[in-house]
This record gives sequence, structure tokens and C-alpha cells, in this order.
Amino acid sequence: MKPFIEKSNRILGSPLGLGPRGLILLAALLLLPAYLTPLWRMTMYAPQYQEGLRLEIYSYKLEGGNEGQDAKEINLLNHYIGMKELTTEEFTEFKWLPFVIGALGLLLLRAVIFGTVGSTLDVTVLFVYFSLFSLWSFAYKLWSYGHNLAPTAPVKVAPFMPPMFGGRQLANFEVYSYPGTASYALGGAAAALVAALLLSWRAARREAATAGAAGASQRGPG
Amino acid sequence: MHEHTKSRRRGAAAIGLWTGLLLLASCAPSAPKGAKKAATASDLQVAAMKTYVAPGDLDEYYMFSSGGHSGQVYVYGIPSMRHLSTIPVFTPYPGTGYGFDDDTKKMLGKLTWGDAHHPALSETNGDYDGRWLFINEMNGRVARIDLRDFKTKQIYGPAPNISGNHGSAFITPNSDYLIMSSRFSIPIPKGTYAPIEKYATAYKGIAAGVKIDAKTGEMSLGWEVLLPPFDWDLGDAGKGPSDGWFFLTCYNSERATGKLEVTASQRDRDYIVAINWREAEKAAKEGKGETIGGVKVIDPKTVPGIAYLMPCGKSPHGVDVSPDGKWIVGSGKLQGVTTAFNFEKVMTAIRNKSFTGEEDGIPVLKYEDIKDAEVPVGLGPLHTQFGPDGYAYTSLFVDSAIAKWKLGTWEVVDKVPMSYSIGHLAAAEGDTMHPKGKYLVGLNKLSHGRHLSVGPSQPESSQLVDITEEKMKLIYDAFTEPEPHYAQIVKADKLHPIEIYPKEENKHPLAIWDVKDAGPTRQGDKVVVKTVVVRSTITPNSVEVKEGDTVTFAITNIEQTTDELHGFGLLDYNLNIVIDPGETKTVTFKADKPGVYPYYCTNFCSALHQEMQGYLIVKPK
Repeated sequence: MKPFIEKSNRILGSPLGLGPRGLILLAALLLLPAYLTPLWRMTMYAPQYQEGLRLEIYSYKLEGGNEGQDAKEINLLNHYIGMKELTTEEFTEFKWLPFVIGALGLLLLRAVIFGTVGSTLDVTVLFVYFSLFSLWSFAYKLWSYGHNLAPTAPVKVAPFMPPMFGGRQLANFEVYSYPGTASYALGGAAAALVAALLLSWRAARREAATAGAAGASQRGPG
Repeated sequence: MHEHTKSRRRGAAAIGLWTGLLLLASCAPSAPKGAKKAATASDLQVAAMKTYVAPGDLDEYYMFSSGGHSGQVYVYGIPSMRHLSTIPVFTPYPGTGYGFDDDTKKMLGKLTWGDAHHPALSETNGDYDGRWLFINEMNGRVARIDLRDFKTKQIYGPAPNISGNHGSAFITPNSDYLIMSSRFSIPIPKGTYAPIEKYATAYKGIAAGVKIDAKTGEMSLGWEVLLPPFDWDLGDAGKGPSDGWFFLTCYNSERATGKLEVTASQRDRDYIVAINWREAEKAAKEGKGETIGGVKVIDPKTVPGIAYLMPCGKSPHGVDVSPDGKWIVGSGKLQGVTTAFNFEKVMTAIRNKSFTGEEDGIPVLKYEDIKDAEVPVGLGPLHTQFGPDGYAYTSLFVDSAIAKWKLGTWEVVDKVPMSYSIGHLAAAEGDTMHPKGKYLVGLNKLSHGRHLSVGPSQPESSQLVDITEEKMKLIYDAFTEPEPHYAQIVKADKLHPIEIYPKEENKHPLAIWDVKDAGPTRQGDKVVVKTVVVRSTITPNSVEVKEGDTVTFAITNIEQTTDELHGFGLLDYNLNIVIDPGETKTVTFKADKPGVYPYYCTNFCSALHQEMQGYLIVKPK
């Protein structure tokens, strides 16, 4: 056990090489779209809505297509089945998402400048945790919207789960839901981070091995 | 070697991750499924051939389309979907001078608008006989149009106690009665006060049977039946075995007030009321009922056997009796199910007194006792029409489609999309006992850019569907005046309209046929000007009256040639009438403005149409 901890400490304490730092910087830059582009997009078609109704979920707001009109239309239609109004105010996520993404950005920049394998690991773990939590939170939100229907609604429908990935037929609507640009960027950031972590970990281990086997014959490339 | 495998594994993991991301990187399609399914060239050719009526050729059917809140009836030819003419009914129409001449002005009364919904062609033995067209109007009125000359001849009403006459004008198979009913229950008689909190008890629904004279078509009140304050919506008359009964749907059996879209949508079932109109007629003849608003109103509580409530799917809209009269088809617009009730089972349940309760003394039947089938037609079913071979066609508002299904097997065999949000539909002769039509028309609420843009006031859309084959085919889009609710489609050869008014039939006391007889006669301050219009003179061509006189122009168009209409427009006096060949019309006004006012022919008639003019000279006091 002890040798493992010592070895880990050594690796976690190792400074980052240029490659991993570049990757982490890339990850930090990939957070920027989360302030500019939607995290998720929903599109709804019906015979009466051949052009589709669109809803875009940003990290800090909801935005309807057609200059906001689509969101109003979606709420207007949803009121027949007693669904709560989809409004920016209803999403508490919008209050903490931009802050958390900003905080992660700062941690990433810290790793770029003062970075060690350890700080990269920390921020990667936080990042993954944040991503999974956000996904769960979003899924739960969808679930609650589809399940907390007013009992007095004019049209009674069975509680339902709106789609999160892919398409589904709900009454006369074809509903599609897919991640938006910001989510792909966040996915890219996660990938860059994991890559940085793998690279730096491997480099640090190699270094530790080299230091441990000082004087021993050089090994060929693996 | 060990290291090598590991890095390969890592490589594979990275590829896996990226593939995963790429898989997620799909997005919603740019159009809904099944959209933009381009019709093939041969489909288009078939549709074009089926709907093309060459110049000079005639259509096969007339369609009489309700004009909704425009108050008029629009006549279309089918299959061309050409708008042939407008029959003014509840709204003045300068195009024919309707509502300006003395007779039609009197007929319109003080109302200058009407919301016309459901035209009903007169029937003999359950089939259209081509004599009259009746149409309801929300302000408690029904009009009769004579199909001999396509003119509105009578407006009955506002009927006492009726409020919001939506469930109307549905006619019995031998045109004995048409029905009126209250969609917006009020305390009766009209003018009675009751606070809204007393809605459930102090407000009353009413159904009225309007008697139609078999010879003249003249309408008069037959009987009224007191109903609970539900919102009585649509109806149909029984036929064959169910002849003698009227059926009316209702929503708001909750007796709710306020935000009805919620409060009136709470119960899982509302009702169709079955009214035994022969019993109602008998009770009225026997003098039963209480006098309300000047008419006898029969209360089913005190005169049993007149009305029964059939539970129907939530907030039903249309109710339609099958051609053989065996089934009563009702659709719960908020439930997505169309129910076929078996009339025989209704009768058996009534005989066995198999009731589950009552509403204001009207027994409620048991849904399970009387239904034959629930047909899963689709979302938002509204109205059902019938075609040849026992097929039924139900309009689906939410699905924006028409479902075709079979009576008896209850199997849904086809669906055709409508653009968009269909309300009523009308199959050719589709509510008669022998629907043999080739077409049906979807009367849609939204047109959503399927036409050149004409600004925010978008036209309604009427779509022609070919029903001669197993698969329905959409073959034509037409854009119609606001707002088609229901329509009637009749084989053209059942109508025999005249083209001129024959001189010998003109019995108007002020008619003259010779220009020698034309000119003013005075009685006190009343001046009657007998006037002749004929190509290309208005005789007299000048008339002098005194300021303050009441002037009547009695104008006879002495032409006997088809299409030689003449107009009479009087400038600055807000008057314009049109006189058909052989017709006499009067127009009366007070000459309260001194000066000289030209009158002229407004309806182009001839090469010298421009010269067809004259002067009204009003001498100051």
C-alpha cells in the first residue's frame, strides 16, 4: 500500500508538460460556447406546425425559436394538458450553471499555469461530476414537467417522459431532443481533459520509473 | 510489449468516446416525418383531371358553405371548387342590394351581423329535395333560402328563450321541423336577471322545434323543451328507425362558469340528449307546458318521455346519425374516441328504465347499455359524414386529418391529412339516407401559408377529397371566405333554379311594365316613384321632391333576358339596390338633404350603361 501511495503522490505532484497544458487550455476555451450557444435543443412538429416549434436551452436561459414566439406557443399548447409553464424563472439551474462553469474555467486556467497532474485530476473529476449532475438535473426536470400535470387540465394525458436524446411521438407532436453546440463543446472539453490527464499521468509515471531505475539500461519505446 | 497493448487499448477507448459523441451529434430532422412527400406526376395528373372543369363546362355538385360570422352563404361548384355566388343572409350585401331595399331591410331587422354555422337542405324521405336551404345564426335566428332563385326569403327569430343558437339548423327527414338550441344558457325569458353564481339552477338551456310549412317552407315556432344549463352544441335528426327523434350534444354538463376551457372539461363524459319530437309536438298540441317568453315551454320533469340523456365521451362536438338511422355517432373531442350508439339499444334501455340518475328530471341512460362500439379514429374527433358502401368519415381537429372507417365492423381503414386543423367536413349528400357522393370537403380552420400571402387576415381553407376509391385522395385546395363551418353538397341535377323572374309571376302592387306608367305620385309628404329600369334608361330620369318628404322608389326591371340586372345607386343617401330581370323592389328613405343627387345603374348592363342615370332634386323647405 505504502509504495502505491508514495508513487501516486509523486505522480500527482509532477508538473504538467506543454502538451497537457495545451489540452487543458483547449478545454478551458471549450467552456466559452456554454455562454453563447444552446446546451440542448428541442424541436416539435405537428401537422399544424410543419415548420416546427423550437426550444433552445442555454446555460442561463430558455429561448424559443421564431424570435421567442415558439416558446409562447409551446406553453399555450401545454396548458391544455396542464403542464407547468416553461420559463427561464422556473429553471433554478440557470442560477448556478454559469457560475459553476466559470469556476471550472478558473480551475482549468490554474491547471494550465501552475498545473500538476493532481490539479488536473481534481478538475477532471469535478468536471465529470458537474456534467453528470447537470444531465441528471435536466432529465429530472423533463420528468417533472411530464409528470406534474394539473389534475384539472381540459385534456387528460397519462404522465410521460419527454425525450432527452432522440425523437418520440407525443399526441399529434413529433418531439425531437438533442444536445446543442455548448454540450458538444463541453463534451470536447471533457475529452481534452481526459486526454491531458492520460498523457500527463503516463509522462509522470515514465519519469518516476526513470528516476527509480536510475543507471539501469534504457528501455526501448513501448 | 505490455505498454504497446495498453496504448492500443487507450486508443480504442478514445475512438469509442469520439464515436459516442458523434452519435450524439445527430439532430432533429428539418421536417416532420411524412412531410414533403411530393405527389408523383401521375397523382397530380389524376387530381388535375378530376378537378378540372373546362371553360364552359359545369360542375357536378353544388356546395353551400356557411359563411360563419360573415353572415352569408357561399355557393361553390364541385369538383372545380370555384366560388359561384354569394347568397346574403344575415348581413347587408351591396353586391345584390340585400339589406338596402325595404323588404330585406325589414327582414334583417336591427341586426346587421349574424354568425351562420350549419346549413341544412330540405329533405323528402331523408334525401335532399332541392327546395330550400335553411341556415342557423347565433343570435337565435334561422333563415330560409329558396333554391328556386337562391334568395333569402325568411328569417325566423330571434326565437324566444333561445340564446346562442349554435345547435341548429338540423332538419327532419321530411322537413317537418328543424331544431334550434341554446349554447349559452341564460335565465329565461330573455331580459331576466340572475347572478352568475346561480348559473347551475337559474340559467336554462332550451331546444326548440321550428315547424316548416310543407308547401311554402314558412317557419314558425313548434315547441320548446326546457333543458339543463349545459352548452347545447350540435345536433342531427333521426332517420329511418330513429325518425321522430332529435339528438343534441352538449359540453359543460359540469354546469360550470368562469374559465370554461378548464371548468367545463372536468367530467369524463357529457351528454347527447335524445328528444322525442313527436311527443313534444303532441304535448304542445295538448297545451302542456308553462308560458315563458310568450311561448309554451315543455319541462321534461312534468312531461316525461320527451327527453333522455345519453352519456358521451368528454365534451362531444358533433353528433351524426348513420344513413340507415341505426347508429348515432358522437365524438368526444377531448377523448379521441368516436362512439357509435345503437338506437335500438337506446329504445330498449328506455323501455327497461335502465337509468343511472337524472339531470333536472331528465333520465340518464347507461353508457354501456347503449353503445355498440368505440372507434379509435384519432385525436380530436369532431364530426362524422357518410359515404357510399357504409363508410363513415370523421374529422380530426388535433390530428388535422380525416379518418375513414366502416359502420358495423368499426375498422379504421384510412386517414388523409388536412391542411390544417379541420373542423367540419361535408361529404356529397353525406348526411342523407342515401349518400352516394364522390367527394368530400374538409372545412379547415387554418391555411398556414398554403396560398399567396394576403396579410394577417388569412383565408380559411376548404380541401377537396376524392372518396371513390379505398384510399382517400386530396385533390384540391381552395381558399374560402370566413368562415366555413358546415356545408351541404348536393348533386346539381336536384336543383332547378330560374334564370329570370317571369313577368306573369310578378304580383308586386307597385310593379309597372311600361315607361308610360313611370313617375311620382304624392300623398301628403309621401312620394312614391314608380320606376322602370331597362337597357339603358332609368325612367323617370329626374324626380323632384320636397325636403322632408318620405320617398319610395318602386323599381321594376322589365327585362326578361338572363343576366340583365340593373342597379339603382343614390349618391350621398347611402342606398344601392340591384333588381333582377322581372323583379320589383322598393327602397324608402327620407329626403332630408336639400340639393341635387344623382342616381345611376350600378350593375353593368350594356354599352350605354354609363348613360343610365338620373337626378333626385330635393327642393329646400
